[in-house]
Amino acid sequence: MATDVSRIHVETTINGEPVEFLCEGHDTLLMALRDAVGLTGTKEGCSTGDCGACSVMLDGRLVPSCLVLAPEAQGRAVTTIEGIAKDGKLHPLQQQFLQHAALQCGICTPGFIVAAKALLDVNSNPTESEARYWLAGNLCRCTGYDKIIRAVLDAAAETQKVTV
Amino acid sequence: MSTRHHFEYVGTRPIRHDGVDKVTGRAAFGADFSLPGMLYGAVVRSPHAHARIVSIDTSAAEAVPGVKAIVTGRDIPKTNKKVWLGGEGALDLGDMGDNALAHEKVLYDGHAIAAVAASTLEAAREAARLVRIEYDVLEPAMTLERALAADAPILHPEMTTGGKPIPGATGPTNIAARMEIKRGDVDAGFAEADVIVEHEFRTPMVHQGYIEPHATVARVGADGRIIVWTTTQGPFLVRDACAGILHLDAANVRVVPSEIGGGFGGKIPVYLEPLAIVLSQKSGRPVKMVMDRSDVFRATGPTSGCHIVMKMGAKRDGTLVAASASMWYEAGAYKGSPYGAAAMCALACYNVPNFFVEAYDVVVNKPKVAAYRAPGSPMSTLATESLMDELARRLEMDPIELRLKNAVATGDHAPYGPKYGPIGLRQVLEAVREHPHWSAPLGPNQGRGVACGFWFNGGMNSSATVSLDSDGSATVVTGNPDIGGTRAAQAMMVSEELGIPVERVRPVVGDTDTAGYTDLSAGSRVCYATGMAVIRAAEDVREQLRLRAAKIWKIEPDQVVWEGGQARSLVAGDDKQPLSVSAIAATLAKTGGPIVGRASLNAPMAGPAFAAHICDLELDRETGCSKIVRYTAIQDAGKAVHPSYVEGQMQGGAAQGIGWALNEEYIFNAKGTMENPGFLDYRMPVASDLPMIDTVIVEVANPSHPYGVRGVGEVPIVPPLAAVANAMRSVTGIRFGQMPMSPPRVLAETTTRREEPAVAMSS
Repeated sequence: MATDVSRIHVETTINGEPVEFLCEGHDTLLMALRDAVGLTGTKEGCSTGDCGACSVMLDGRLVPSCLVLAPEAQGRAVTTIEGIAKDGKLHPLQQQFLQHAALQCGICTPGFIVAAKALLDVNSNPTESEARYWLAGNLCRCTGYDKIIRAVLDAAAETQKVTV
Repeated sequence: MSTRHHFEYVGTRPIRHDGVDKVTGRAAFGADFSLPGMLYGAVVRSPHAHARIVSIDTSAAEAVPGVKAIVTGRDIPKTNKKVWLGGEGALDLGDMGDNALAHEKVLYDGHAIAAVAASTLEAAREAARLVRIEYDVLEPAMTLERALAADAPILHPEMTTGGKPIPGATGPTNIAARMEIKRGDVDAGFAEADVIVEHEFRTPMVHQGYIEPHATVARVGADGRIIVWTTTQGPFLVRDACAGILHLDAANVRVVPSEIGGGFGGKIPVYLEPLAIVLSQKSGRPVKMVMDRSDVFRATGPTSGCHIVMKMGAKRDGTLVAASASMWYEAGAYKGSPYGAAAMCALACYNVPNFFVEAYDVVVNKPKVAAYRAPGSPMSTLATESLMDELARRLEMDPIELRLKNAVATGDHAPYGPKYGPIGLRQVLEAVREHPHWSAPLGPNQGRGVACGFWFNGGMNSSATVSLDSDGSATVVTGNPDIGGTRAAQAMMVSEELGIPVERVRPVVGDTDTAGYTDLSAGSRVCYATGMAVIRAAEDVREQLRLRAAKIWKIEPDQVVWEGGQARSLVAGDDKQPLSVSAIAATLAKTGGPIVGRASLNAPMAGPAFAAHICDLELDRETGCSKIVRYTAIQDAGKAVHPSYVEGQMQGGAAQGIGWALNEEYIFNAKGTMENPGFLDYRMPVASDLPMIDTVIVEVANPSHPYGVRGVGEVPIVPPLAAVANAMRSVTGIRFGQMPMSPPRVLAETTTRREEPAVAMSS
């Protein structure tokens, strides 16, 4: 239960905006994002780092937010699914997920898109195998991954075209 | 009913209406909903698989600051009510209520005993830890063998065996029911056989594995009105089940479904909802309850583990002459395994003149099973399709040839009685034979397997309304949570009927107060049955539009026809321009007011679905680890409304079946505790485990549906177990009857025995 120790004040950057929140020392970043900040796009599937539904980027690095303590966000930059579309325009990954019908129920989708964004940030032209191994930390129970992998590879191709 | 053949929208692949919300994180799933002043609930779960509850002391828990309410079984008197689920039988609310909160006994590890609501989740959890429960621990029945033994621990002393009686059986039993189906003279059939194959099969309990845990918020108002926001496949069932379990008037209960993060059958029962309602009643505050993954594994789902002994006989030319099977399905802690469907599906692909199939529903001290995609069929099909593979080997026949020789076709009798209408099994098998995968060369340490599968597909009750706006756009409301693209399919049906673009149709998932009664998003029924209601409601709109055109033109209604998306005048010599939907819609206020079309129906069982899958598996002989290197799923969809989502069902079902075949299993220790209640140790397929899954959609129209739609969601999980096992047989020479074919098991088998087909052959 809540103790008498005062809660921790965290100043961080979320999706480019400065954000402050209060948390307990044992709260996870996932809990802080969802409950304290109100960004519920990041999902909880297991809380043990096995499903990837809570994937976010912390200073550009892909992490399961259920295994990061909320105070660790102090002074760092967090990117969540809510920060992937820019200026009202969907990211090519989001567009390709829609085009390919790469989601059925959609609960794993935010985690997949954040994880795939992290992949394209470090490897703009992944092979199918590279995409499959990079995304092996994200569970999807609906699609069998086929359309997700195709969406990621097509988004990579589209991004390449734009940057060339 | 005539089936349409020409479509403008059906068969295209528009972007789903709820898509942008789901790729941007805006879509609100079960755990995303909150209310001001809300309390948090935590559940106290049994650490024992089988125990009598001697006493529950909540005093220490009540003393925790912030605790507002505690509920135990004492608060919920047991009910004997049932909820009927059309052709799918009845749900026993007594069992469902006792499963949600134990009364006299706990029957599995994880069984809920009490729940606490407090102002913070931490306080609720601490209080839950402080609920003191005294148990009289009993021996658990953890296997079918133990549950069926003469001196078995009995779960329910009052239980008697329903269905077909067991000769000579007396006294307490764990067999909840037995059924048999038969045709011809099975002994005479086997006597005629040139080749007989027989094998034993065992599959463990497996979980549906939806990524979204169960989550609920309940609010009881001062007026007694109850609203439950929850992630469910059936809001109307949640309403009726909660009302029945809690002795409430269903008229006072409103259930609002959230977006649903997967279900596969596992989000049909209620678990948290009744607890949250009682906690809200007691505290006067809204109460939110969310399961963690361990709760989901221990206390929801799974589907049955089973034991099947099966025998099949054929003539030298491949004609099947006889089959017999005995199957025991684990129900978990309460009756209700899919033993009946299992028995009916086992031989549904083939004409077998003589057969005898018996199936048992057996309670064990494991979680109460829930539906899982084509419940019961994947396991019994593993048996049948493994034996078909053995027959083909013994007869030195091509496995497709053997299946085609015996495949059911229109007019044949299903093993469970009725005559099949138009069905597509033969077309599916032909498509397998023509697919390049079937004749592609295999690499070293690779094997290929093929298997068929059958599922009934559901009908049941559905309602729909279509409201036309003055700008010519439309809203369609149904009561089915959208579990995989059904909003898009429903909008496409409205477009097809009214000729308005898909983007101008707004599909809405209603709640129990805003939608007409609609059964579950389950049984492969949404696109079929609810789709039929949507089509009828859109037709109703179209008919009203036609009458409005007559009114506008001041001619008799029978002088107006609806053609090509517009009203045309039949008056001879009339030069009136045809009126489009938007042209008539713009006049609504002047021609009689708004137009709302409605339809409600009780759909007959949908057209049966048949599928066949081809699997190429590569084995690492040093580790026993296998990898699926190529996979093709072929299925008769009747008519694919949105082909991308039909393919998605086929691919997703195949992946679940592959997981079942290769890795997934509930592991219990001797005390009956589940040892792998997390995704690390319950190993579901990940992206790097699978290849692309090729799909071929066969379309043999289902005459019960105006577009020919059959259900598509369930049959894709039926063939994979056997397709993978047959591929494993090809590469190892070993017939694996025990699932999963996990690396340790495969390594043990391949290093201790070689080329032992384990089949008997007569004559």
